[in-house]
Amino acid sequence: MDFSIIFDNLPLLFKGLGLTLQLLAISLVIGFVLAIPLAIMAASKNAWIRIPVKVFVYIFRGTPLLIQMFIIYYGLAQFDWLRESVLWIVFKEAYWCAIIAFALNTAAYTTEIFRGAIEQTPKGEIEAAQACGMSRWDQYRHIILPSALRRSIPMYGNEVIFMLHATVLAGVITLVDLFGAAKIINSRYYAPFESFISAGIFYLALTFMIVFIFKLAEGHFLKHLKR
Amino acid sequence: MTELFGGYLPLILKGMILTVEVALLSLFFAVILGMLAASARLYGGPISKIIAGTYTTVIRGIPDLVLMMLIFFGGQILVNNIGDKFGWDYIDIDPFIAGTITIGFIFGAYMGETFRGAIMAVSKGQIEAGHAYGMTGLQVFLHITFPAMIRHALPGFFNNWLVLVKTTALVSVIGLEDMVFNAKIAGDTLRQPFTFYVLVGILFLLITAVSDLGMKWLERRYNKAGMGH
Repeated sequence: MDFSIIFDNLPLLFKGLGLTLQLLAISLVIGFVLAIPLAIMAASKNAWIRIPVKVFVYIFRGTPLLIQMFIIYYGLAQFDWLRESVLWIVFKEAYWCAIIAFALNTAAYTTEIFRGAIEQTPKGEIEAAQACGMSRWDQYRHIILPSALRRSIPMYGNEVIFMLHATVLAGVITLVDLFGAAKIINSRYYAPFESFISAGIFYLALTFMIVFIFKLAEGHFLKHLKR
Repeated sequence: MTELFGGYLPLILKGMILTVEVALLSLFFAVILGMLAASARLYGGPISKIIAGTYTTVIRGIPDLVLMMLIFFGGQILVNNIGDKFGWDYIDIDPFIAGTITIGFIFGAYMGETFRGAIMAVSKGQIEAGHAYGMTGLQVFLHITFPAMIRHALPGFFNNWLVLVKTTALVSVIGLEDMVFNAKIAGDTLRQPFTFYVLVGILFLLITAVSDLGMKWLERRYNKAGMGH
């Protein structure tokens, strides 16, 4: 094995790393913002509000992310009206299609995490809020959501790692993320061990970093639950 | 019926059979590796503990597609380097083998953690009772720990299976003609990529729904087996 080709191509790998982190951060932020209202809807007692969200979650969790990305990137090109509309500026770009697929996918998983946490809010907390005369909106803002989001931290940490690993799919639709960079190095030198082991080490290091950050967050936000 | 989807439905269904084959064979590898990893971490000596611990941590920290590429392209070089020494002809690694081995290898790590948790959840009293009857360690494992752990392992096992099925979509990237691969062919030929990718998405949901029924059946069976509750 000749790892000098990796050192020669470090700039390419770091550029790929940059795109990986960018894709991850943007899709996580969008997914998180979407997931909060969706989780509240999914926990609703009204079936008309609950069922559409449940269907969205079921479809996005039940099918491979690769298919979701292919439907958005390759599939939508089938519709002439879309190709002729302004929206095509977004949907013709692999970059935006990847972000849309990743964001919707993580939104579905995160909705499920938050819904579970919302439904497990201790009854006493809600009763106390009602006794204080809080409106439903105030209850969510001051009691239910802060408590549910805190309890979601360990599960959400797993979701972030899952999404980091999912970003490799961007490399399948021509983007040069960390995995795409490794693919280029492999095809240029025919060096699968050097290129994919290096990429693997990068991903492993990122995974450990995410685990560490979430451990810190758990220590800070979940202190009151420690026994 | 054959005229549906421009005559491409049989090709997609053929791909679906391959998807299910890849999934079941990988599951088989994963269960064996998972049992080995869990036993090594729970009962093994210090060295096997370290090997099994590294395996479960490292595999779960690296994206599946990176591992698949490593095994597919790397395995190709490795096999032919060995082949050169023995004077074999050039050997092409079959994407079916590379795909199933990789997916089995990855999910072995997840299964290992599921099984480890399940074995630890089996009550000590049951195991001690076995020893008190004069059973050997292996007999205790086969007749007591193993049947009792299955019930604890079922939910995690099922969850791993659902994720595994979705992961099989990746084998299309290394050229295996599963239903995703065939959907690309059909979609490109008929210029209807949306139709065919959505169809494949629905077929994945169908596999999940059938698995759900199977899981309910297994749960009923193992809860009935007189485990006390």
